[in-house]
Amino acid sequence: MSETLLKVSGLTMRFGGLLAVDQVEFDVRRDEVFAIIGPNGAGKTTVFNCVGGFYKPTTGDILMDGKAITGLPSHRVARHGLVRTFQNVRLFKNLTVLENLMVAQHTLMETGLLQGLFKLPSFRHSETEAKKRAVQWLDFMGIRQYANREAGNLAYGHQRRLEIARCMITQPRLLMLDEPAAGLNPQEKRDLQALIDQLRREFGVAVLLIEHDMSLVMGVSDRILVMEHGKPITTGLPDEVRADPRVIKAYLGE
Amino acid sequence: MNQNLKNAAIAAVLAGVIIAPVYGLQILRKGQETYLQPDWKMILGGMLAVFVIQLLNAWLRQRRAGKAAAPSRFRLPAITDAFRHRAILVLVLFALVWPFFTGRAQVDIATLVLIYVMLGLGLNIVVGFAGLLDLGFVGFYAVGAYTYALLYHWAGWGFWQALPFAGLMSAFFGFILGFPVLRLRGDYLAIVTLGFGEIIRLLLINLTSFTGGPDGISGIPKPSFFGYQMVRRSMDGTPTFHELMGWSFNSQDVVIYLYLMALVLVLFTLYFTSRLIRMPIGRAWEALREDEIACRSLGLNPRNIKLSAFTMGAMFAGFGGAFFAARQGLVNPESFTFIESALILAIVVLGGMGSQLGVILAAVLLTVIPEIAREFAEYRMLIFGLVMVVMMVWRPQGLLPVKRPQVELES
Amino acid sequence: MSDLLPLLTQQLFNGLSLGAIYALIAIGYTMVYGIIGMINFAHGEIYMIGAYVGLVTLSAIGVNSGLPLPLMVLIMLVVAVLVTAVYGFAVEKVAYAPLRSSPRLVPLISAIGMSIFLQNWVATGQGARDMAVPALITGSFNFTIGASDFSVTAPYSRILIIVVTVLMMIGLTLFIKYSRTGQASRACSQDLRMANLLGIDTSRIISFTFMIGAMLAAVGGVLIALAIGKLNPFIGFIVGIKAFTAAVLGGIGSIPGAMLGGVLLGLAETFAAAFISSQYKDIVAFLLLVFILLFRPTGLLGKPEVEKV
Repeated sequence: MSETLLKVSGLTMRFGGLLAVDQVEFDVRRDEVFAIIGPNGAGKTTVFNCVGGFYKPTTGDILMDGKAITGLPSHRVARHGLVRTFQNVRLFKNLTVLENLMVAQHTLMETGLLQGLFKLPSFRHSETEAKKRAVQWLDFMGIRQYANREAGNLAYGHQRRLEIARCMITQPRLLMLDEPAAGLNPQEKRDLQALIDQLRREFGVAVLLIEHDMSLVMGVSDRILVMEHGKPITTGLPDEVRADPRVIKAYLGE
Repeated sequence: MNQNLKNAAIAAVLAGVIIAPVYGLQILRKGQETYLQPDWKMILGGMLAVFVIQLLNAWLRQRRAGKAAAPSRFRLPAITDAFRHRAILVLVLFALVWPFFTGRAQVDIATLVLIYVMLGLGLNIVVGFAGLLDLGFVGFYAVGAYTYALLYHWAGWGFWQALPFAGLMSAFFGFILGFPVLRLRGDYLAIVTLGFGEIIRLLLINLTSFTGGPDGISGIPKPSFFGYQMVRRSMDGTPTFHELMGWSFNSQDVVIYLYLMALVLVLFTLYFTSRLIRMPIGRAWEALREDEIACRSLGLNPRNIKLSAFTMGAMFAGFGGAFFAARQGLVNPESFTFIESALILAIVVLGGMGSQLGVILAAVLLTVIPEIAREFAEYRMLIFGLVMVVMMVWRPQGLLPVKRPQVELES
Repeated sequence: MSDLLPLLTQQLFNGLSLGAIYALIAIGYTMVYGIIGMINFAHGEIYMIGAYVGLVTLSAIGVNSGLPLPLMVLIMLVVAVLVTAVYGFAVEKVAYAPLRSSPRLVPLISAIGMSIFLQNWVATGQGARDMAVPALITGSFNFTIGASDFSVTAPYSRILIIVVTVLMMIGLTLFIKYSRTGQASRACSQDLRMANLLGIDTSRIISFTFMIGAMLAAVGGVLIALAIGKLNPFIGFIVGIKAFTAAVLGGIGSIPGAMLGGVLLGLAETFAAAFISSQYKDIVAFLLLVFILLFRPTGLLGKPEVEKV
């Protein structure tokens, strides 16, 4: 089994006349936390959207565990084990916290129509198992007491944790986090850093991360890609990147 | 105060302009000439009413602005799960017993109500659960009705034989239409489905050799009771239900029988939809309605999920259509206009999208009230349109403050 | 010379006059959609009301009033335009403005309710049945080439439709391009929030958009009533759907698109009616709508939209 989980090469995204992403290349290894950083407008979220199947890249190749997923629609990409969170948390606001986690298991549940209609044992079993798994994640995230509350009514920090739990319950191989620390207070950010590390260690999931908070990025990442104006500047270990004059220039300007 | 007076005056003038050409000046023909008959009372009365209302509004708003936003004192009581179950149970029992104690006309109306309940529950799946705005629901209704009519006309099939096929045909049409169309955004989907409903109607009118054209198909028999027909004299010599029971024929019995059959179908629909909403597919519908992008990111295929909702809703419309054909005895394109789609949509919307109990109550209200207020028949559609606007502006979540059935974690 | 050429030319003319009507109404749809992103379901009814106001005005003046014909038509148009502007304004204030921030379904349903209300408002006020419109503009222009079979009949009433429509299109385009309100309106349709932040009174511009759309539809209504000779409260429904199709065909949000779409739809429908079947001509519009939305949802002149994730 090769080390590389996700391989992105020659990724280019053009919107009409605007070149948002220009020849971006990187790879994410198993059990690795890989961060993409860069000033605003660098094209980071566009890269996410291309990898996740929300945009169809103009050119480029994206391989997940050796299989090409370039241009696949997002739901198919997810089935390859690649899930993501969003900058503006996208929970099912009017569903309860528990239901959010149960919907996420949709592709894992195999109940047929008839079993459900007549409440056959196989259906009941499937539902119970799904609930159990959901509760496990609620406990893991420390939000079990909110299980029956509508997801939209949760505190912001808890919403973010729920969104991550929702991703994890699909048993992904690569977890993509889009600015997970945005809007969190310092304590919550420390918790998030610990969480990401824990997820990687306990569940063997690789993490691809976009983030602006430098201490979080430096603290949790194994490798970092720096982008500016849609182009990659450099890729390397946190210490390398931190000291790289090109990176400093990109953030501070001329 | 002056500003308010000025605003009210402007509003009154505008009202006058609006009322005058439609209500104030009636166009009448005299031979080749047209001339106008002014109704100044109407115009001035309307202007005055608007003037007063605007002043009242402004005054109320000023009073309210003084205090902090006070919670509305008029709050409808919240409905819990337990209450809902009990309410439905009570309704069902009442519905079973009631027809034997009331007159024929009332039972007849009740049967109509039941048909709309069935249609409302069907559209509720599409609009309420899955959040897809289908304005062409009447098309599937028509397909179901005509499927039964045609199966009878060309092959002599009875109601119970034709019923599953009616549902199947409608579901099939739902699938065919849904497949290309469901990926469209909300507004566009609405218009396209509207167009579909109209196309169905046009086809029904024009394919005369097949569908009977504007006259439709008549002579459609009512559902039989395990093979025993509910008629005074059977057409083919088989014993009628009354002969079997040794009763003398009473047309009242037929009406009650139809009602009970409708009730059976409605209960079946209700059970079916209640189960669906508590199954993964139902949760997927709701999740899709909430946030399609999030669904996709979790591996849910939006097209399949939408298709399932659309097709199922169509299936129930088909069942409703077949029963409608059986009850009326005839079908023609007149019964399947856009207004029907709008009416069923209104039932779902007024009932609070997603709430089954709400749909039932809304169907009752929207069918019974026009019947009671017969004198206002001319203004029925006018009031209907007005009610739709008012409901959306005032209380878009529906009449009942119903909680969705949720998966609960018992602590 | 074959029969085909005169037939084609005749249908071309018919299609253009029909297309002109669709274009007038389609502009109203596209302007409103471009600014607030909703389909004004009740717009077709405004067209119908314009027609009725025209008839009321004509009855008030009196067919045999002795006034010169162009003046009578002009008065009809002016009155219809003013009254429908009020209608457009009122409908927006009552049924749409309060719902600006509601989820999509809500204003759409409100619009449907408004559409039904307006249809029956006129039906109860003036009667639900067909009403005859006196034939003011009679006569037609007969174009023949020598002694051949080539003969095209162009009724003056329909020529008037095309001429007036073209004039209004030019007028509207100039207005949007050069006037302050027009420029503000373009800003609003590009980015409403930004326009608001820049100090543009977006409420006023939105009202203005509804009123302009109403006025154009009214012109269409009056002229078509004069051309066809009858009207009823339900003519707005089907025409509205078709005009919306035209707007989508041309690219929703684009005014030139609406003009183009209107003409194309008018031509397509007329040719379909002449060469395929007149019973099913209404289906042409629906099928066209489905095809465009499936294969080129941004229409002919629209810009591709990217979904923000």
